[in-house]
Amino acid sequence: MSDRIFGGIGLMLALLYVWRATIIPDSFMSDAVGPRAFPYGIAAVMALSSLWFLFKPDPEPEWPRAGRLAEIGLAALVMIAYAQLLPEIGFVIATAFAAAYLTWRLGSTLLQSAIIGVSTSLGIYVIFHLVLGLSLARGPLGI
Amino acid sequence: MGDILSGLLALGDPKLLLLIVATTLAGTVIGVLPGLNATTGAALMLPFTLTMDPISATVVLATIYGSATFAGAITAILINTPGTSASATTCLDGYPLALRGEAGRALGVATIASTFGGLVSIGFLFVAAPLMARLAYDFGPPEYFALTLFGLSMLATIGGGSAVRNLIAGAFGVLLATVGVDLLTGVERYTFGTHALYDGIGFVPVMIGIFGIAELLRQSTQLDQERHLVAMSAVKLPGWADIRRIRTTVLRSTGIGTFIGVLPAEGATIASMISYNEARRWSPNRDNFGNGEIEGIAASEAANNAAIGGSLVPTLALGIPGSPTAAIILAGLLTQGLQPGPMLFAEQGEFLGVIFAALLVANLLFIAVGLGGAPIFARITTIPVRILWPLVFLFSIVGAYAIRQSQVDVIIALAFGVIGHLMIRHGFSVVSLAIGLVLGAMVEQRLGQSVAMFRGEWWMLFTRPIALTFFALTLLALFGAQATHLIRKITRKEIAS
Repeated sequence: MSDRIFGGIGLMLALLYVWRATIIPDSFMSDAVGPRAFPYGIAAVMALSSLWFLFKPDPEPEWPRAGRLAEIGLAALVMIAYAQLLPEIGFVIATAFAAAYLTWRLGSTLLQSAIIGVSTSLGIYVIFHLVLGLSLARGPLGI
Repeated sequence: MGDILSGLLALGDPKLLLLIVATTLAGTVIGVLPGLNATTGAALMLPFTLTMDPISATVVLATIYGSATFAGAITAILINTPGTSASATTCLDGYPLALRGEAGRALGVATIASTFGGLVSIGFLFVAAPLMARLAYDFGPPEYFALTLFGLSMLATIGGGSAVRNLIAGAFGVLLATVGVDLLTGVERYTFGTHALYDGIGFVPVMIGIFGIAELLRQSTQLDQERHLVAMSAVKLPGWADIRRIRTTVLRSTGIGTFIGVLPAEGATIASMISYNEARRWSPNRDNFGNGEIEGIAASEAANNAAIGGSLVPTLALGIPGSPTAAIILAGLLTQGLQPGPMLFAEQGEFLGVIFAALLVANLLFIAVGLGGAPIFARITTIPVRILWPLVFLFSIVGAYAIRQSQVDVIIALAFGVIGHLMIRHGFSVVSLAIGLVLGAMVEQRLGQSVAMFRGEWWMLFTRPIALTFFALTLLALFGAQATHLIRKITRKEIAS
């Protein structure tokens, strides 16, 4: 079943891609191929291989248990929230929280993860910002 | 010869030498950590190399590539977990030897085989890359178009996974490459009106996502592994008896590894597997394979290191990545605005010489690391994942952000972490995605140039003999397996009737 789902997703993606290609405006420059021909070509490859998949799926793979899936979903959510918060609260604070969460979910106690989170965040800040001079997102504390 | 000399002279620059030593050590750490391999390491380092000059950047990535591949053997032998997938076959004989108290001997053999394979293949790189580039000297856009198309079609045949899965993943990569302003026509495509996608989807954040963050997500589903270090005696260089036993295997495996490296998209992992199997087939000691046969270690390690030099040949000479890690090196070159091919060697005279010299130093350092540092580096593997993976995560984020101080790149990296994780889970190769993305823009651009060259008469593409050869190879790569299958079926039916 999951191969059919992926085949369906692939086909949808190809169709969506073609639909968006049809509304690409013409170029002011004259060009033999034009901006649309190539996307049509890839969409055809994508659609054909997805169709193949829909009709001839491989044997069912093993799906992770629901608990694990939720875990991955949560980790992904934390990462997205992290990316959103980065410019708001700055690198050091956002990173300390994200690292602590991941460390906790990977099996540390709460106290351990807080310590690991704060120290990795500060460590990276020192190495990358102060030593290597990379600019990291600045927060309200100025770091 | 002059190039080698100028390359070696460049090593007189203490900064460059220090860089090589530092990245060799960093690569070794990456290599011994299970879950982190050469490709992940190069992807994580990629954004930080963008601030360097192109030669140093390539040196860093190539050194990481070499040392991480070499270091995979240390963990394979001492804890029976390959530090990188390219060392998976090293476990088969390395660990049994270690259990018998012969870890030192196993590591010695691995070190010698790796160094030999690595040295021969960088020699090959140095000779073959300019030759291959010279062949490409007369290539026009049609030939390059056909060649790049062939490079893409090879994705269908790469190891593991079904051809259709790889094709879907590759097509997805090419599709992503069309996002942004079309270079030939100046038209915006698939930007959905957002300014952030105007320049297209960057190679670097995607690589960080699919090779770094996706791996982190995968590891988060398998937490309960404990690693035990085998006690070991001092590492020693193999004696004459051992060397006599492995020498044919090392030579054969170096050849196999280099050749497989040159093939588009196939890298160290496949090289070590094939060469292990070949070694077992030819060896008089074949029954001992899997029980601690040093020939097995030699086969696997010589091949995976030889694949490195081999894989850089088409990457630097033609712009067709010879392995997953080479795809990252290619992405780095392209991001820096360098176009691999004959012009690269002409414009950047010392380029090849310095890379040659750097890999030479790195390979010699392996002897020191392998003989002296193995027990120390092996200890690194006992770092608990709960500390290691958050660090990798942060490293990924810092890298993605550092490219151009853009939050969009962080989001792209995270999104591709999730996409990459789902792909890996369901047997789609993220390597295909990466290569599709890197080659996609090139294919389209060269098609446009060719058709413009023929004034719109695109069928003229099929009048060029070299292009035609590549088109034929493309068809063979895509449908060869099915065709032979079909022919066999038909002939069998005829015989039966």
